[in-house]
Amino acid sequence: MDAEAAKLIGAGLAAIGAGLAAGGVGNVFGSFLQGALRNPAAADGQQGRLFIGFAAAELLGLLAFVVAMILIFVA
Amino acid sequence: MAGESGKIDPMHQFQIEPLAPLNIGGYDVSFTNSSLFMMIVLGALWLFMWGGMKRDLVPGRWQMAVEGVTGFVNNMVSSSVGPEGKKYVPLVFSLFMFILMANFMGMMPFGIVPGVHPFTVTSHLTVTAVLAVLSFGTVLVVGFWRHGLHFFSLFVPHGTPWWLLWLIPLIELFSFLIRPFSLALRLFVAMTAGHVLMKVLAGFVINGLNAQAAWVPLVVSIPSFILMIGITLLELLVCAIQAYVFALLTSLYINDAVNLH
Repeated sequence: MDAEAAKLIGAGLAAIGAGLAAGGVGNVFGSFLQGALRNPAAADGQQGRLFIGFAAAELLGLLAFVVAMILIFVA
Repeated sequence: MAGESGKIDPMHQFQIEPLAPLNIGGYDVSFTNSSLFMMIVLGALWLFMWGGMKRDLVPGRWQMAVEGVTGFVNNMVSSSVGPEGKKYVPLVFSLFMFILMANFMGMMPFGIVPGVHPFTVTSHLTVTAVLAVLSFGTVLVVGFWRHGLHFFSLFVPHGTPWWLLWLIPLIELFSFLIRPFSLALRLFVAMTAGHVLMKVLAGFVINGLNAQAAWVPLVVSIPSFILMIGITLLELLVCAIQAYVFALLTSLYINDAVNLH
């Protein structure tokens, strides 16, 4: 296979990671909402943890984006 | 699509252009558009704080805004570090406000003035890495200052079984050393990705309008433009969330250094 084509295919495959991270972020907020609706009084205290979970899930998606960018522009 | 309408380069917005070239001892220390936007951010931040620090007994609107932000950061630090976190509020506040202002400055529509385009300071790894090193260095200095070599007990959590003592410190060490990278990368990539996405959509709108076929503007440009409005709002949200996450993680790391988990 042509090296240039392989790079672009790899960058496209990296987008799968971004999509999976979207699922992860959705899971974080969905689970938070599920818990928050059961006990709204305790929800405000957990906002920090919500965003830590969000940051951790999001970072992995962003890493997939970095992989794609490296394949297109650097490698 | 019309081939002659010009290819839109979404990466051009991140180009650093020297405004006042300067060379000292073989190092390029020019005043660039990045420096200019840092100065603008600093000016905006200074103006914002100056307007709200009048210490009126009955605060006006502006003072309420400033007190709201300081109270927010104060709350965040004291809830994650505890009573000893008071000392670190200025650091976390500066990081938070600088990142927030820099993110928002990159979203400002300066582009309506011909020849001017906004530059997002935080879309460069060099800038975010310095911010992350600032946060990580504070953790190291505070940790070793307060606890000396006892700080290394951070890598052995309470209740580690003896037969895992060879593995857990290794994992903890890695998760500790990866912190500055994750802090810097998260901010940098979130800003870069958002701006690339917006420029790509803007390219759809403009290339669609320039297309020869009459149906293209209706089918491509208008939906892209509507999507772009939504993405812009999302991007403003991401600006705020990234600044918040950076400040929150910094205060959590400081908590590790102060209290040793």
